[in-house]
Amino acid sequence: MAVVAPPSTDDRVTHRSVTATLLSRPEIGALLGVIIIAVIFLAAAPAFRSVDNIGTILYGSSTIGLMAVPVALLMIGGEFDLSAGVAVTTSGLAAALLSWNFGLNVWLGVFLALLISLAIGAFNGWLLHATGLPSFLVTLGTFFVLQGVNLAVTRLVTGGVSSNTISDMQGWNSAKAVFASSLKIGPVDLSITVLYWVLFTIVGGYLLLRTRAGNWIFAAGGDAAAARAVGVPVTRTKVLLFMGVGFGAWLTGMHMLFNYNNVQSGAGIGNEFIYIIAAVIGGCLLSGGYGSVVGASLGALIFGMTQLGISYAGWNPDWFKTFLGAMLLFACVANVYVKKKADQR
Amino acid sequence: MEQMNSQDASVTEPMLKVEGISKRFGGVQALQDVDLQVDTGEHVALVGDNGAGKSTLVKILTGAEHADDGSFWFAGEERHFRSPLEARRHGIETVYQTLALADHLDVVANLFLGRERYLLRLGPFSVLNRAAMKTEARALLERTGVQIPDLGAMIMGMSGGQRQGVAIARAAGWGSKMIVLDEPTAALGVQETAKVEEIIHTLKDQGVTVLMVSHNLRQVFDLVDTIWVLRHGRMVGARKAAEVRPQEIVSMITGADDASGLEFA
Repeated sequence: MAVVAPPSTDDRVTHRSVTATLLSRPEIGALLGVIIIAVIFLAAAPAFRSVDNIGTILYGSSTIGLMAVPVALLMIGGEFDLSAGVAVTTSGLAAALLSWNFGLNVWLGVFLALLISLAIGAFNGWLLHATGLPSFLVTLGTFFVLQGVNLAVTRLVTGGVSSNTISDMQGWNSAKAVFASSLKIGPVDLSITVLYWVLFTIVGGYLLLRTRAGNWIFAAGGDAAAARAVGVPVTRTKVLLFMGVGFGAWLTGMHMLFNYNNVQSGAGIGNEFIYIIAAVIGGCLLSGGYGSVVGASLGALIFGMTQLGISYAGWNPDWFKTFLGAMLLFACVANVYVKKKADQR
Repeated sequence: MEQMNSQDASVTEPMLKVEGISKRFGGVQALQDVDLQVDTGEHVALVGDNGAGKSTLVKILTGAEHADDGSFWFAGEERHFRSPLEARRHGIETVYQTLALADHLDVVANLFLGRERYLLRLGPFSVLNRAAMKTEARALLERTGVQIPDLGAMIMGMSGGQRQGVAIARAAGWGSKMIVLDEPTAALGVQETAKVEEIIHTLKDQGVTVLMVSHNLRQVFDLVDTIWVLRHGRMVGARKAAEVRPQEIVSMITGADDASGLEFA
């Protein structure tokens, strides 16, 4: 980093080359993954080469990326959130059911859903603190609780398994414009979620690398006891990280609601693992204390490219999950290998 | 005991004065009516065999444990620290045996963890003033004689000596009044130990008050002004390092020769 370094007294200490510094970044594995996947599908799928499809690929990536960013921050802070997938559905259902049931302006439902989503995050964080259990167990519990609540409350209110349509209600059009519109940039149709995703990545990356909160997240995730000893408010940091995931779940949930006009009460199950996979491909350690927001977004991009690439290439989409699992293993091994190489330089 | 420090005491008030501290854990009397004094700018070692009560005493002084009886004065005020954070706010910095450093942050971030400098204050979104922190960090490391070639390097790849250096530098900075070092070189190799001892020497030149717990008598004689000896939870006595032979300290620690140990008490 320093151009003029003080003379070293230990001759084993030498300056690392630029390549070594670059290779030691946590997102390097994901970047290589993006390039490799892009090359494979550019070669195998003619439709992948069409500019029009960029918007579609980015859209698929953004719905994962919106959650992968806060999930990555949480993982760097040393915790998991297995309830993140169903929390998206909970948020969408809350907005739809509250608006419909009380005949409110949809914006009021949207606002209440935000409160509910943040409260779920805060509850996860508080439960973690109060019970002293690992977040894997705590959020596994909330995962099942929310899954049941989604089904039961929806049936109670609507008598069915999906929310009633609220597209005839006041505020629908403006809410749809905010959460589910798209912009045409040249030949590319870009969903507004892509803009939110890019914004999340910039804000999240900045937060992690340039602010006090970022230092506290790294410290809390690396060694909570050590962080506490120097005055880092570890519990507060973690509660806020869970609430960050809640915020992402709210934004994603609102998009789902206003894009598809209703929300299926059984949706979202299993997505929590997709978010975690994106974060891990992006360089986050399961043990916490290390990782990257940009890497998590690249992980989401890999997910989006693979999902559409397989169908563009005319491969059997049944294999998608298998492909994803293999990608995860490959990325993890590559991350470890590249890191070791970089440390040796 | 009182007499020994009377000269210094008349000039400056002691930084730390401990009187009659007792502590029981179940059936074990960990500390019994213990006195201790550390003068301003003085380097003091607390020695004793395993289980003599050194750690318990240090924990009470730094707020991690609470005394059953007795009291202590720090910087002229009677104190009962309820937590290590409170002790820290009043100017007692502790360097723990398990170094409290964040592995994946760089040296600058570690030095400033919990007391960051800002360009812009926006709560959790406060923007760090990295340039100012780096300049301050460099000055702090220079002042304490800690040599780190690359301030932007992560703690992860550093040697035990460098880590201990960063931990001590952090404790020495930020207006602390007294540094407590708990076995500062227990986990280090020979060369690294020498480097850390150099840093502690530099602290002496800077007038920083130090209370250290150590098993290493050679180190204690090299580094401190006064040696206090605990045995079975009682303070056996204190000696000026320049005026005592190591054998006498050993017999005070082990109780092998009670006569030489008690004459002072």
